[in-house]
Amino acid sequence: MTNAAIETFELRKVYGEDKVAVEGLTLQVERGEVFGFLGPNGAGKTTSVKMLLGLVSPTAGDALLLGRPISDPRARVGVGFLPEHFRFHEWLRATEFLDLHGQLYGMSKAERAERIPHLIEQVGLRESAQKPLSTFSKGMLQRIGLAMALLPRPALVFLDEPTSGLDPFGRLLVRDVIRAASAEGTTVFLNSHLLSEVEVTCTRVAFIRHGVVIRAGTIDELSAGLVRVRLRLGALPDGLLADLAGWGENVERINEREVSLTLPDEEHLPDLNAWLVGQGVPVYAMAPQQLSLEQLFVQIMDGEQREGDAA
Amino acid sequence: MSGPLQHVLIITRLTFREARRRSLIWIGLVLGALFVAVFAVGFYFAYKDFTRASSAGFNSTVALQFYSFFLMAGLYVINFLVVMVTVLTVVGTISGEIGTNTIHAIAAKPLRRWEIVLGKWLGHAIMLAIYAVLLASGVIAAVYLISGYLPPNALLGIAILVLESLVALSVTLLGSTIFSTLANGVMAFMLYGLAFVGGWVEQIGSLLDSQAAVDIGIVSSLLMPSEALWRFAAAQMQNGGLMAQITSPFSAISRPTPAFVAYAGVYIVGTLIAAMLVFRQRDF
Repeated sequence: MTNAAIETFELRKVYGEDKVAVEGLTLQVERGEVFGFLGPNGAGKTTSVKMLLGLVSPTAGDALLLGRPISDPRARVGVGFLPEHFRFHEWLRATEFLDLHGQLYGMSKAERAERIPHLIEQVGLRESAQKPLSTFSKGMLQRIGLAMALLPRPALVFLDEPTSGLDPFGRLLVRDVIRAASAEGTTVFLNSHLLSEVEVTCTRVAFIRHGVVIRAGTIDELSAGLVRVRLRLGALPDGLLADLAGWGENVERINEREVSLTLPDEEHLPDLNAWLVGQGVPVYAMAPQQLSLEQLFVQIMDGEQREGDAA
Repeated sequence: MSGPLQHVLIITRLTFREARRRSLIWIGLVLGALFVAVFAVGFYFAYKDFTRASSAGFNSTVALQFYSFFLMAGLYVINFLVVMVTVLTVVGTISGEIGTNTIHAIAAKPLRRWEIVLGKWLGHAIMLAIYAVLLASGVIAAVYLISGYLPPNALLGIAILVLESLVALSVTLLGSTIFSTLANGVMAFMLYGLAFVGGWVEQIGSLLDSQAAVDIGIVSSLLMPSEALWRFAAAQMQNGGLMAQITSPFSAISRPTPAFVAYAGVYIVGTLIAAMLVFRQRDF
């Protein structure tokens, strides 16, 4: 039996005759990881998660959750899930809602009685524990959904856009909850558009496009060597931006005197400086910094797009 | 992992709880009681006038036919109400959860899809059976207490009304796994309409010795057995009097056989299994 929390092998989903949602997802997530699953809209992230959780049948390929095939409902024992479109039975009170889902997870009455108050407290809903979900705001529903996902002390939890309805305090709370779950050994599979969230919580990420993993690794591995540099110049003469594109990627004009671009590595900085001076462009400042996940995302997706166009 | 039976019962209890929280049970009981009360009051005054008139010359056979007619009129409305209430309560039980994405949190749990379908079927079946039994026994009891008249085969008749409700439940549940709530409602009511018209065509065809018309009625009954079950129940609960011999909502000129009741049972099981199979394949 494999030790991975998630393993997928060319997982594919085609809707109808030819609407390809996931081209062929091959992925491995190790136990204990906090894994970020990233990609642009329509990349097949949510469909991939739904296939893993038995909500959507794969057209081809296979996958294992905690060592069991996803076609076996037992694969979902101890697997938590916060759906992207979290809608629940709103006529239930918060505690009743968690009790129902605890029963569906197969938890005993004693386990539910111990776990539910703890989770309600953890997601900051103690005052609303006896209120029906119909009175909850979007953020409160997302919090109770998070509590539901963590109810069985899951070995693996899928969080699909877990902060989409939350204010900054709520986002901090989710971040703390993810860290606490990870500390208890839970594997977290995080699907989020908020790259800053992913950057601070995930130990490893995968970028996908059309349901295919383009790159996967730690953020340091993926950004290895790449440097984002901000230049403060005397002026931006005509044609300079086009010329800078020959030095690096994602050239961006910030204002009439500042520009930023991504260089392959730090060794290019002195050459670039010398070239600019040679062109008669005074260089007032040159500030290199490691790529943020957002910059890395743009870098990788742009590169992939260009390769696709060229092919 | 807990067992399939436990999962089914969790969903069954959830269905009960939803009906209670959404006030379906209370509305059904209160309005059902109101219906029985109106029927009883109406029958009481009609009975008083009838007995006054019968003392002037009606015999006991005519009196029995009067009681039977009044009772069958009440049961006919109940037959209609039970099918309508069944369709309206079941129409969105799965399609609604798919439409609102509520199903995501449920179906991602370690349970099989068929357990969800069976749990919902069981929950609705128990509630609707209680509803049909209370309404039907209410009007039968009202007639009995006022006039002393008890129809023949009353228990069998009530059981057939319950079976009719289960037919409507199963076919609507199947539709709920395939169509949107609105489309399913249209489908269920049109099927009921088809069975209703088919039943009349069969009765008239039988009266006129038109085999083609009878065949049309039989085919419509096979597609949706509700109306034929009502006619079976109506035939069982009458003494072969005048009203059973003319073309009316209670007529039994072309009577379904006991084999048809068995077919209805197969129909219920078949549509329920179809609902489970379809739901197993659904993406959401």
